[in-house]
Amino acid sequence: MDDMLFYDRLQFAFTITFHYIFPQLTMGLSLLIVYFKWKYLKTTIEKYNNAAKFFMKIFAVNFTMGVVTGIPMEFQFGTNWAKFSELTGGIIGQTLAMEGLFSFFLESSFLALFIFGEKLMGQKLHFLTGFLVFLGSWLSGWFILATNAWMQHPVGYEILENGKFVLHNFSALFSNPWLLPAYLHNQAASLVTSSFVVASIGAFYILRNKNLEYGKLFLKTGVVFGFISSVVVAFPTGDWNAKNVANYQPATFAAMEGIFETEKAGAEIVLIGQPNMVEKKLDNKIAVPNVLSFLTYQDWNKQIKGMDQFKKENLPDNIPALYYAYHIMVGLGTIFIAIMILSVFFLWRKKLFTLKPLLWTIMFIVPFPYIANLTGWYVAELGRQPYLVYGLLRTSVGISPTVSSGNTLFTLLGFVGLYMVLGLLFLVLIGKAIHEGPTPKKL
Amino acid sequence: MELYWYLIISVVLAIFFVLDGYDFGVGIIHLFFAKKESDKEVIAKSAGLFWDSNEVWLVAGGGMLFMAFPTLYASAFSGFYLPLILVLWLIIFRAIGLEFRSQFNYNIWTTFWDKAFGVSSLLLALFFGVALGNVVRGVNLGGVENGVSAFESHYFFLPLWNSSFSPLSETPGVIDWFTIVIGLISVVTLAIHGATWIILKTNSSINNQLKSVIFKLTVVLLILTAFSLVIWQIVRPNSLANFVDKPYLVVFPIVYFIGLFGLFFVKKLKKDIYAFTFSTLVVLGGITSSLASLFPVVLPSTNSINESLTIYNTAASAYGLSVAFGWGIIGIILLLLYFIVQKRILKGKIDHMDYGNH
Repeated sequence: MDDMLFYDRLQFAFTITFHYIFPQLTMGLSLLIVYFKWKYLKTTIEKYNNAAKFFMKIFAVNFTMGVVTGIPMEFQFGTNWAKFSELTGGIIGQTLAMEGLFSFFLESSFLALFIFGEKLMGQKLHFLTGFLVFLGSWLSGWFILATNAWMQHPVGYEILENGKFVLHNFSALFSNPWLLPAYLHNQAASLVTSSFVVASIGAFYILRNKNLEYGKLFLKTGVVFGFISSVVVAFPTGDWNAKNVANYQPATFAAMEGIFETEKAGAEIVLIGQPNMVEKKLDNKIAVPNVLSFLTYQDWNKQIKGMDQFKKENLPDNIPALYYAYHIMVGLGTIFIAIMILSVFFLWRKKLFTLKPLLWTIMFIVPFPYIANLTGWYVAELGRQPYLVYGLLRTSVGISPTVSSGNTLFTLLGFVGLYMVLGLLFLVLIGKAIHEGPTPKKL
Repeated sequence: MELYWYLIISVVLAIFFVLDGYDFGVGIIHLFFAKKESDKEVIAKSAGLFWDSNEVWLVAGGGMLFMAFPTLYASAFSGFYLPLILVLWLIIFRAIGLEFRSQFNYNIWTTFWDKAFGVSSLLLALFFGVALGNVVRGVNLGGVENGVSAFESHYFFLPLWNSSFSPLSETPGVIDWFTIVIGLISVVTLAIHGATWIILKTNSSINNQLKSVIFKLTVVLLILTAFSLVIWQIVRPNSLANFVDKPYLVVFPIVYFIGLFGLFFVKKLKKDIYAFTFSTLVVLGGITSSLASLFPVVLPSTNSINESLTIYNTAASAYGLSVAFGWGIIGIILLLLYFIVQKRILKGKIDHMDYGNH
């Protein structure tokens, strides 16, 4: 039984991690594409149009990957989490079905039109198709986050005698206080990833001394968008989310901040340290007193509950993983802000395009925003444990009653192998697109 | 409300099979009939440009099934665990083949990925047919052995096959002689459907040859259909009861046979779109007739202890279904709108359409 739960969770974690490499780029990138296309409409300078089309090519590859890795996500609700689906499908099915119907079709239909239809439609309509792709991908995020928000902070439901959750108030799903902060945080973080990708390709072109005109455009745009979004990720949206966790999931909050014991007055903020689960303390910690209380409640001396206040079975089951994920996310977010402040400063001083160390940094840091996004999701998902629906439905109840752990291990290994090939394909396709560059081929 | 959602989801899934069906079919035709390099490329392209927007319909249909009939979704997806995961792998593998083939331009590379694309398309067509066969035949709900249920009455787990390969066994497997026949029907149907799509969308040099292929396959399909109707009666003796009770349901088999007979005249049809229309009718008619023969059952039980799953005992709450009906109608209208806009702008043959990196 424990085995089953473990493999079901591992398979979901692996497949969703791989899946989320792709949508986190497409959501942010679609906004940048709309920006480039809009610049072209205003200025009619050809390079903006080519930039928009170049990134739409990269978008398309990511979208395709997102589709083929997304279908397994939807299927797994039924295949591996059947009991969860049976009990809550009447509610989370709503938002998931809306995603399929309202956003997925929008994105895929107009993506094809954007790529194949420029000459047939004229520039204004072409801009419109780009905008609709953006709208589709952001709506998609909205519905997924609405689903997740319900699992984090259930609202608008009723529980029947047989344990089934039924929908009681549809609009509550979207006015859920968890949803908007989580959505904005997620979208800003996805914009960080895409800004870094755009800037990184720009830095690459400049360092290679190839496609210079585009290199400068990409770097500049990436840095400006990256600066704004990496600040927004931390403040106000990150702050807002942390307050939600402190409010609605205090046990999670204690675990992710690494507070083992409740202090009498203000709680310290832990910058670094290793959770020691045997002695229930942090080893080698560096902490600043009272700051956590201030950040959370704007009161230096407000008490914050530590893990000692909660029963073990109601605390997240993997506290070190949660703690590290959270600290990696926050640490990386801080580094991104620092890099972007430097970049914007040198952009303003007109030195950015020749400053090699910074260009190399920007080029090679590109995996880290992905890691920060993924660890952010780990915080949300590990933090919700031991529940699927916070406080109401335990994760161990949700798995499929008839699927054995051997079957899940077998399929997990299959996914690992297949996704390796898929990942390779992705790198080849993206590498080729970057190599060919944004300059249209002469016919 | 249950009935409305049943109809909507059936329509969405039927559209998925029509759309993704042709690109599975294109893969099958590609595997057996494309010989010249230029044909191989343009035929792969006639699937490559569209497959991902076609698979969006699967995601949408799956999502709606989840929302409207959560118990069915939970039961069927966990019970058909192995075949469904195999389908997922095939879908992914096929996509890899389609996208990889044109990346490097040397012989062994393209040949390998062409075969990968062809074989996975063939297997997908087979699996979807087998899946339909399983739904018609029913499963051992509750995992009954010696008169005792091993699971809750609506759960089951199906092995890939059992030792007798018989659909009449108490504990049927995914593959048996009945489901394999339905699988073959699906392969032949989708091969025809893919061929009519290729004729419609490309100027490949085998278009004329494909017409005689379609003719021959239609003969095979007719024979298989007749055979399946006989064994269908053995597996589910009361499968015609619905058509007797509600005579208007006969419209679905009629659609199927109109399509089938239309295809016999494939060489004489004036416009390419007619052949594609007929093969579409066959796909639509085949799926809807099967569903109609079961209605309102959606997954029959092969034992007498646990009752079959119907649209009524697996549905979500009435409130949820009616709220969803409101947004569902809006969504479907939008969807049709996108579809029309897209098809109008991107009409015509695809031979010279810019491939991009799509």
